[in-house]
Amino acid sequence: MATTPNAAAPSDFTAHPQTLQRRKVGADDIAHLITLIAAATLLLLAVLLVYQLWVLSGEARSKFGWRFFLTSTWDPVAGEFGALPFIYGTLVTSAVALLIAVPLGVGGAIFLAELAPPRLSSSLTFVSDLLAAVPSVIYGLLGVFLLVPVMRTTIQPALKATLGFLPLFKGPSYGIGFLTAGIVLAIMIVPFVLSVSREVLLAVPRDQREAALGLGATKWESTWKVVVPAARIGIFGSVFLALARALGETMAVTMVIGNNPKIAASLFSPGYSIASVLANEFSEATGNLYLSALIELGLVLFLLTFVLNGLARLLILVTTARGSGVLPT
Amino acid sequence: MSIRLAWRKSLNVVMLSLTGLCAAITVSALFFILGYLMWNGGKDLSWSFFTHLPAPVGEEGGGMANAIVGSLKLLFLATIFGVPIGLLGGVYLAEFGGRTMPFLVRYTADLMNGVPSIVMGIFAYALVVMPMHHFSTLAGGIALGIMVIPTVLRNTESFLRDVPRSLREGSFALGANKWRMIASVVLPAASRGILTGVLLALARVAGETAPLIFTAFGNRYWSPGWNQPTSSLPVVIYTYATGPYEDWHRQAWAAGLVLLGLVLVTNILVRAFLTRGTAYERT
Repeated sequence: MATTPNAAAPSDFTAHPQTLQRRKVGADDIAHLITLIAAATLLLLAVLLVYQLWVLSGEARSKFGWRFFLTSTWDPVAGEFGALPFIYGTLVTSAVALLIAVPLGVGGAIFLAELAPPRLSSSLTFVSDLLAAVPSVIYGLLGVFLLVPVMRTTIQPALKATLGFLPLFKGPSYGIGFLTAGIVLAIMIVPFVLSVSREVLLAVPRDQREAALGLGATKWESTWKVVVPAARIGIFGSVFLALARALGETMAVTMVIGNNPKIAASLFSPGYSIASVLANEFSEATGNLYLSALIELGLVLFLLTFVLNGLARLLILVTTARGSGVLPT
Repeated sequence: MSIRLAWRKSLNVVMLSLTGLCAAITVSALFFILGYLMWNGGKDLSWSFFTHLPAPVGEEGGGMANAIVGSLKLLFLATIFGVPIGLLGGVYLAEFGGRTMPFLVRYTADLMNGVPSIVMGIFAYALVVMPMHHFSTLAGGIALGIMVIPTVLRNTESFLRDVPRSLREGSFALGANKWRMIASVVLPAASRGILTGVLLALARVAGETAPLIFTAFGNRYWSPGWNQPTSSLPVVIYTYATGPYEDWHRQAWAAGLVLLGLVLVTNILVRAFLTRGTAYERT
């Protein structure tokens, strides 16, 4: 209250400086309290989220223990629940997505940060931000009706013809499956890699580029050997952030992955992911054990994204001194 | 020119063009998506799409009036639940707060922002659907509302922090106490930014499907009040696209076009509004 000038108060209040002071402090305290309650509500919700996931998955956790993650039978009728096929599907689709999205996103970010004139760079970033805002069900829609037929008739036969000796590209072409889901995911996460990588590349001091160019490096050499290494921790951060998105992505994956809980080496095989089994089976889960097993899957997903997001934010914070409020949402 | 230099120069040109290609591919995806949806969904978009209920299974025609209204109701609930908490929490972070609490809140907000939307659905299921024993509009609205909080909170905080110090000092000098300063000087000065943050957060949850599947569920009819399952645009697109009927697929394209249009138009308008001049000119 040191900033509140008592002396400037109207004269009729000066007779009771004590009450004036108390009234003002009271109002500020109430405002403080109300906003504190709002902020605390968020904390409470987060605690409650973890608590609910933990308690409601209790039955499955106590019945299966670690076996839940190591067995691959998913039989609601017999009450046998093993999460391995879903974890496998989530990891494989995310890996495919990263393999495609990281070169594309980082390459695009290099262009936007290093080469493009500022106007072009900012308008392309704007478009990329819009791309990040496209709802996931729209990607699923295009996946189902556009990508799946193209995969079945063109891309998968072509891959089989050229790389068919690898176990990754064997088996019948259904169109749906790990590869298709991975490609849809890749398109969805590129904007995240792109915009965060661009931020961290732009944060590299200008002198470093000039020094490299001054030593006779070409533009590409200065970018690839000086700027990118300087920003690499932040770029890793953007990759983790994108990975967290990919792991939790539900609708688009559910619509193209094939929804079949099996583990197969072939990327053409239909599979299942943690998020899609939740989307498909949660509302019709009968019996407490079934529901509890599904909620345990939710808990796994939560923990995975929690760790990855934490790591990503830390890495990005290290490279950009700008603070933590600049991440795209 | 030595061979090595020639090699370095050509590598330079090749790699730089490749980065340009990467950017071009990424950016063109949006135009491709938009164009493809317009081409596919545009022809099935009619007046009855907005005014009629879904036709019985197997019959042609019908519309998605109930899904559109359902989505609006869910967004209304999300606004009621999420925006006040996010807004006040943001004020707390920017204006009050000590050392540990703001750090905790900020960290939690970022964490909650990254929680997969399907997990938020489970949360809302546990909070609302389980005690009530049935799916409801309310449950869906709460799921979306919780998802709105972190974004609004962080946005509000950052726009409040951008308000110049001189404005605060000015209002203190006029004898205002802290809450008066916040309510009548700082908040109005940051209002444009805060509003854009709120709209962007709502545009984001408007397209969410996963948290609604087992909270708001779905409904082929009108959903009176707040206590019954309701249809919503994203869930209908999902159901129709994965359904077996040709007519459903056509409707899914039309609904997809409407949803994408709404989300993109909101995003473009809001971002344009934000970049047009600073918010402080008015004060």
